[in-house]
Amino acid sequence: MSIRTGHLSALLVAFALGATACGSDGGESLTTEPAGTADDGSPDDATASDVSGSITVLTNRTDIVDTVFADYATKFNEQYPDVDVSFEAVTDYEGEVRIRMNTDDYGDVLLIPNSVTADQLPDFFEPLGTVDELGAEYRFITEQAFDGQAYGIAQTGNANGFVYNKAVWEAAGIETLPTTPAEFLADLQLIADNTEATPLYTNYAAGWPLGQWESNRGSISNNPDYLSEMARTDAPWSEGSDHFVIDSLLYDVVAAGLTEADPTTTDWETSKVDLGSGAIATMPLGSWAIVQVEEAATNPDDIGYMPFPNQVDGTYYSTANGDYKVAINKNSDNKDAARAWLDFFVDESGFAFDQGGISPRIDGENAPQLAGFAELGVEFTELAPPPAGEEGLTGSIDSEAEIGAFEPIYRQRIIDAARGQLDESKEDIFADLNSRWAAARSELGVE
Amino acid sequence: MQVQTAISTEIPSAPKQRRRRWRRDSTPYLFLIVPLVLLVAFTYIPVLNMFWYSVTDWDGLDKNKEFVGLENYRDIATRPELYGVFKVSLYYFFATFIQLGLALYFATILSFNTRFQSFFKGVIFFPYLVNGVAIAFVFLYFFRPGGVLDSVLAAFGGEGLQRPWLGDRSTVNYSLASVSVWRYLGLNFVLFLGAIQSIPAGLYEAAQIDGANRWHQFRYIIAPGIKPVVSLSFILAIAGAMSVFEIPYIMLGGANGSTTFVIKTIDTAFKFGKVGLASAMAVVLLVLILIVTAIQRILVPDEGGELT
Repeated sequence: MSIRTGHLSALLVAFALGATACGSDGGESLTTEPAGTADDGSPDDATASDVSGSITVLTNRTDIVDTVFADYATKFNEQYPDVDVSFEAVTDYEGEVRIRMNTDDYGDVLLIPNSVTADQLPDFFEPLGTVDELGAEYRFITEQAFDGQAYGIAQTGNANGFVYNKAVWEAAGIETLPTTPAEFLADLQLIADNTEATPLYTNYAAGWPLGQWESNRGSISNNPDYLSEMARTDAPWSEGSDHFVIDSLLYDVVAAGLTEADPTTTDWETSKVDLGSGAIATMPLGSWAIVQVEEAATNPDDIGYMPFPNQVDGTYYSTANGDYKVAINKNSDNKDAARAWLDFFVDESGFAFDQGGISPRIDGENAPQLAGFAELGVEFTELAPPPAGEEGLTGSIDSEAEIGAFEPIYRQRIIDAARGQLDESKEDIFADLNSRWAAARSELGVE
Repeated sequence: MQVQTAISTEIPSAPKQRRRRWRRDSTPYLFLIVPLVLLVAFTYIPVLNMFWYSVTDWDGLDKNKEFVGLENYRDIATRPELYGVFKVSLYYFFATFIQLGLALYFATILSFNTRFQSFFKGVIFFPYLVNGVAIAFVFLYFFRPGGVLDSVLAAFGGEGLQRPWLGDRSTVNYSLASVSVWRYLGLNFVLFLGAIQSIPAGLYEAAQIDGANRWHQFRYIIAPGIKPVVSLSFILAIAGAMSVFEIPYIMLGGANGSTTFVIKTIDTAFKFGKVGLASAMAVVLLVLILIVTAIQRILVPDEGGELT
């Protein structure tokens, strides 16, 4: 080509690539001025006809975003016709949204990632009201609150325990649910002896299901102050503590050979199907999983839910905690529309009921999947909020110690030790965890 | 040879000539601006930021970053769970010797006229083109109890050899290293093949006249001719062994003793929120690779090889 054309094309290419490389505002939704509402930064009550604009809602539910959520949006638009709701389903919700929060662009309504510490909440989210005010209407308000202000309302609530296949348990000859860990082990042994099913499936390879064991803390001793006390002790894994009981049960189940043959090749999606069909007998998961397993099951009536096999004074306890909390982006341009959606979603959409969970509203209806708990007389333990100034302390100690209560790493280590891959015994691991916890406490200067 | 290049018959004035020359000379630089901008924006600036993060205790989200000096580097040097994971890299390092050996062998025999040459070349190179995630899933099924490997062993009467390939700590790293060999063999093979084929054919004929067999041809003609490519492949292999990540992470998430240094870095950053410490680990890895490259440059300097 001639010199002139070559030069021109070089300029064009440089311009085109430079323009695309910088400035990724293309995805931002257009904002229209909401008519008649004061834009003073705090979500005001506005009449339905006033609220308008476009909002983006982030969710981790990639499986139902196009179906269930689309239906909710249609229902929402009946009340707020001028609000345009669009959804963004994020597969790796925790990782991706945390990184996005370093910018201003993380949707208008989103779920608060679990890794955000309480003192960071005011930097990223809009305060929704005081804890006293909202605590009168909603459960689990203190879980994402700081300094008396609530920043997120739970989208649903979860009970904790084990999902089990009732048909398999009956076929093994078990008539009543276990009330102690020893009885639980004996029952699993019966399943191993009398049926073809894997008594308990750990989902070791997927990793995150191992964090579900952690949610049972507080219910073993029915102690709502368990987390605050954990931050004050140098040995949380001492004999008889909640963590000792939970992790010992995991160790003992694996050591007795009552789990899958090769944990490194487990698969989450097929495990749901297998639990539904009876190839697996039990899986430790929050109550949110009941609906998913029922959908994968040939006979949904086979699926049951049991609390952690432990009783205090003859009563079962199960920790109830909020699922992800819905919150409003502090940098949102449409806070009124966002608040309208948030209120609709937690109050009227029926999400918690559809997902088989505890309603976030105190006066709301719990899902039928938890009716079995009522029959067993299970009572819920809700962990108390930490004292002022200590929000997120237990989590900080946990991160500093690099233990990861909800991460898979330390429970994978327990499973590896139990199946003989590591030279450590249960006591060795607990001693090591305790010493790391103590070191982290002194590092952070906690008395 | 005279070539008519002028478009008009006018002789341009001096300023016009200067402008035209400037435009002609600047064309390559304008083309270069694009990749340079991308390089600076997406590599150099983030790396400089990373050096800064490595001397703080940032958690990846907080609005404040607190300066802590060299504390992160001290942690890496003193905590065995952080530096001990380099032991796992040794498995991959020794596997690269097998990888290079096999690649050299295949390249040599396929550089001579063998039947079905193109088919073999395709088969050996194909794994390199396949996506890492797909490979991870394929080999998860391959190694699971009752999976492909166990079935093949049973078919040949080797039931006694069956074991949990990934579940057993003593075999897990060998299994993963062999997946790595399978995957990257093709790349080394193609590089060696190209280098071998660049050796003038006349040398082989001359050698054959002098009575050299295939082994002599390899030892005295091929080996010296491809020395630069071999040393380059070697250095890439060492750097690759230190920064192994994809295969163990996708297959096992680093569980069961398969954690490598890079997986540890990722876990430290995203599972425990210690971005400062993780940045320091990344810097340490960078420095180690630079040291290894420097050593190689000293031991095997770039020489211009002449064979004619």
